[in-house]
Amino acid sequence: MGLGRVDDAGGAGAGRAVVGQVSPNWVTTRLDFLVNWARSNSMWPMPFGTACCAIEFMATAASRYDLSRFGMERMGYTPRQADVLICAGRLPFKLAPVIRRIYEQMPQPKWVISMGACASSGGIFDTYAMTQGIDTVVPVDVYVPGCPPRPEGLLYGILLLHKKVMGETMADAELRKERWLEPGQLRIPARLVDELSEPFGNSIQQTRSA
Amino acid sequence: MNPTVESLRRAFGTKIERALVSCGQTVVYVDRVSVREILRWLKETPEEDYDFLVDVTAVEYRDPEPPLEVVYQLRSLKRGAELRVKAELPKDRALEVDSVVPLWRAADWLEREVYDMFGITFRDHPDLRRLLMWETYAEGYPLRKDFPLRGRFSRAEQVRQALAANPEAHYSLEELSIAQRQYDLPSDMRERLERGERGTVPEPGRRDDG
Repeated sequence: MGLGRVDDAGGAGAGRAVVGQVSPNWVTTRLDFLVNWARSNSMWPMPFGTACCAIEFMATAASRYDLSRFGMERMGYTPRQADVLICAGRLPFKLAPVIRRIYEQMPQPKWVISMGACASSGGIFDTYAMTQGIDTVVPVDVYVPGCPPRPEGLLYGILLLHKKVMGETMADAELRKERWLEPGQLRIPARLVDELSEPFGNSIQQTRSA
Repeated sequence: MNPTVESLRRAFGTKIERALVSCGQTVVYVDRVSVREILRWLKETPEEDYDFLVDVTAVEYRDPEPPLEVVYQLRSLKRGAELRVKAELPKDRALEVDSVVPLWRAADWLEREVYDMFGITFRDHPDLRRLLMWETYAEGYPLRKDFPLRGRFSRAEQVRQALAANPEAHYSLEELSIAQRQYDLPSDMRERLERGERGTVPEPGRRDDG
């Protein structure tokens, strides 16, 4: 297995907001508002439920909490018809290429909610088999803490995402730019993956047998 | 003590090393080179009739001296009797034992799991590949005591290798060929499939109108 290229997205030139041909003016900001209002009130979730968080997600979608109040009642069980990838649960390394492919199959505009402690940081699973947060694999917009988060928590995360969407502007040409990554190519620099995966909390006390 | 132990001693003599009762369960240690012979005898002798292989697993102890053990949990469905058979594999020799897939098809994935987690090779296994970890996993055997809990590689390297893995690579070639080219398989594979080895293949050109 080749070690592949080390990703250098964090280097110079990437990540800066480039204002395209359009500079923000009254027309674009009004149009932004209209488009963002429409987008944020009709997000189709792509449930990626891998663990117990998915149970809370189902509870959120069911009648008591009723996700359809936010225009999300239509679950897109195909990534091609989804707007929000909700990773509800831990992500083992074996699923890392799967979630990346699902993310790449989603059309723009797309957002990602990382639901629960494991999806956000690896949680209690600081082991050989688990990614330490899905942000090492796909970009994440909103992290919802909790183990698992209550439906109110997820709804709050969704409302935060609405707020984030309302702040987007078409003048930002980088915002909806797709990055095509080779298999085995990291999204963020390797150093950053290591840093994000540092053990924390009780996890630093765990014994290592070697 | 299960009376089978006495019958085993009469039939196999010194190949039966020792026997003990643990929590009401009879445990027999047998010679590692004659595992399959002994298990076949246990399965096919009418008075014993251990027809159900409950589990195949392995144990490694904390201290470096004790050997690894391969554990076979047997049950006779007709007699309601249970027997645990263990074979000891010293660590200074090759970790090898005969596969019991010819006796019980159930052993297929169980032995693959033991191979995946402990690195014990099962001779004559029809398809000895990793079961839980992906096939290109290069860090070793996770349940061995010398394996660090977080794995051997850095987190970035782990993510990179996981992303380089092909999510479809865990199907056997046979399964892939069935999924993709159901109607023009090689003749020997077709013959095996028609014998019902992996389910049935519909005849080409024939449609089920019912």
